[in-house]
Amino acid sequence: MSDVVIRVENLSKEYRLGTISHGTLKHDLQSGWAKLRGTEDPNARIGAVNREQLNSTNDRFCALNNVSFDVRQGEVLGIIGRNGAGKSTLLKIISRVTAPTSGTIKIKGRVASLLEVGTGFHPELTGRENVFLNGAILGMRKGEIEQKFDEIIRFAEIDKFIDTPVKRYSSGMYVRLAFAVAAHLEPEILVVDEVLAVGDAGFQKKCLGKMGDVAKEGRTVLFVSHNLTAVKSLCCRGIVIETGHILFDGDTDKSVDFYLSSNNLSQDNNISLAEQKRERYCSLRAKIMDISVISDDQRNPKIIDPFKPIIVQLKVESNYEVRCSATLYIADEMQNFCMFDTRLIHGEDLSLKPGLNSVECHISPLNLYSGNYLIKCGLNVHGQEIIDRLENAYSFSVDVCDPNKTGYNLSKGYHGIFYVKHDWK
Amino acid sequence: MPDNNDSNWTMEIRSHSGWFDINLSELWRYRDLILLFVRRDFVAYYKQTILGPLWFLLQPLFTTVVFTIIFSRIAQIPTDGLPPFLFYMSGTVAWTYFASCMTQTSNTFITNAGIFGKVYFPRLVVPIAVVISNLIAFAIQFGLFLAFLCYFYLTGADIHPNGWLLLVPLLLVQMAALGLGMGILISSMTTKYRDLAFALGFGVQLWMYATPIVYPLSQIPAQWQWLFALNPMTAIIETFRYAFLGSGAIQPWVLGVSLTMTILILATGIVMFSRVEKTFMDTI
Repeated sequence: MSDVVIRVENLSKEYRLGTISHGTLKHDLQSGWAKLRGTEDPNARIGAVNREQLNSTNDRFCALNNVSFDVRQGEVLGIIGRNGAGKSTLLKIISRVTAPTSGTIKIKGRVASLLEVGTGFHPELTGRENVFLNGAILGMRKGEIEQKFDEIIRFAEIDKFIDTPVKRYSSGMYVRLAFAVAAHLEPEILVVDEVLAVGDAGFQKKCLGKMGDVAKEGRTVLFVSHNLTAVKSLCCRGIVIETGHILFDGDTDKSVDFYLSSNNLSQDNNISLAEQKRERYCSLRAKIMDISVISDDQRNPKIIDPFKPIIVQLKVESNYEVRCSATLYIADEMQNFCMFDTRLIHGEDLSLKPGLNSVECHISPLNLYSGNYLIKCGLNVHGQEIIDRLENAYSFSVDVCDPNKTGYNLSKGYHGIFYVKHDWK
Repeated sequence: MPDNNDSNWTMEIRSHSGWFDINLSELWRYRDLILLFVRRDFVAYYKQTILGPLWFLLQPLFTTVVFTIIFSRIAQIPTDGLPPFLFYMSGTVAWTYFASCMTQTSNTFITNAGIFGKVYFPRLVVPIAVVISNLIAFAIQFGLFLAFLCYFYLTGADIHPNGWLLLVPLLLVQMAALGLGMGILISSMTTKYRDLAFALGFGVQLWMYATPIVYPLSQIPAQWQWLFALNPMTAIIETFRYAFLGSGAIQPWVLGVSLTMTILILATGIVMFSRVEKTFMDTI
């Protein structure tokens, strides 16, 4: 019977929004003095007197609200939820970057957290020196690093450049080296945030493989990701967090389903693309302000005829001249089906001018099976920078996919995804 | 299924523990990290400079020459009968160590916010590494001072190194402790009020003039001596100078006051620092 290695009890974390303190020593002293005498704070906002009565008033925000759960040894726990749901706060508290407001976490064993790859890398130091420094920051002893040094270098595939300062590395080499160090930590508990968002697809696959190995060795892993496929394939249990509460705790497949269905319900199109929250890694040198889809002379139809061409229009605002690549995906919540990219597929960059730019992609009939689909869009400088990315820019559905009018509806999933024209002889 | 082994938890995270929640054994476990930080600071600091570590020598040399010209030649401040060059250099070398420990540890939280926000290790590792890497700079500057001391001694200057030399390692530890204490105290406060960071550069300068570096303690009227005794650096500089040069006005009780102040400042610093380190990520 496996032991409980992490026990989270009634954990809460409250942030004060806006300015921390009143900004000047004088006002802080005034407020402190008022508190001591038990009189009203002269600097308090009018109307904010009864802040204890409310869970979250104007200037307070509960990132985690009375969260409790146990994790057993050897479990791979996936934590899913939308941006700002509290996942990262939870990981930060478990990795002791910040302290909770109330509640406790009890932990058995050594915890290593990977909230970012390459923390503490110094550009002037060589790869070798950085391996030691980064390893020590992550909690390894010097002896341990020496033992695993060769393995780390092999994993990162940079043996030739190990004595070159890392500022001369390409971004890919940098990330590979950083992840290699982290991957060779041997803690009892591994905490991983969405670090896999960086790096190319091959490397991401390698990272996921390594994480799977870690799990097979009987160590406990906590994994936060938006990549639901990765969560499904790696984790044995899932927790869905929404606005600081645990909404679902159980089998991975069920929690992913739960997350997807709750996501669809709350997904209204009131928020414009410009206002949608972006991931932290987006540099936002240019921003996608609006997307529109034109099909069969209709603008922004919710239901699309799979046998008609479509045009996807992006409105991109930029303050500077930016050269980048525009990317579109036809996808659903689980995976991408096809990609459209200016650089990778057409070999040309997009040159954005300062101001509002319009970008159009004319797509031949997609022949999609019936089902619900998403359009994801992004602006990238491949291998270097993610300028903007929207995971759910536009959603549409295909009602009927019956190319030869037989009355049989081909639907997404079991049948496949696309209709391909064919004849029987 | 109830767990019987509730006592086996290796770690417990809660909102805040007592005032003196300082985990020294953990700090010891991270000693490799301290050394790696020292190495990083030292290597990275002088990368892409032509003179490299020579800068460590030029700084005190120029300061001493400038002090000698201004305070000895122009202002004609007496130096207790000691060669002015050695007098100023002894003060400058010791003061530089203390001042750089203090200023470089005082922005611990702000300059390391990036690392601190992503990974946990005992935060004290960083300021301790700074104090140690400054020790290397001090050793080089101290070597320069010793060279000049030998030269003056052999050419027959009126200096008398004496038994107080045995105290010098202790003085060094005390300066490190005081610099660290002040630095982490300031860094704990600057997470909330950045003003202090600006005031610091100016404050260090003022503090230097309040310490007998460009003038001997014997020049201070007797009724003000107690005020100087309150400055913990007074005793350190005077003792340091007395040990090497054999002239000065140091009294044991002043050393006692200085030692008490140092311990007090360091203890307050550590307590404040460990209070702030748990939540500063939310305020910075």
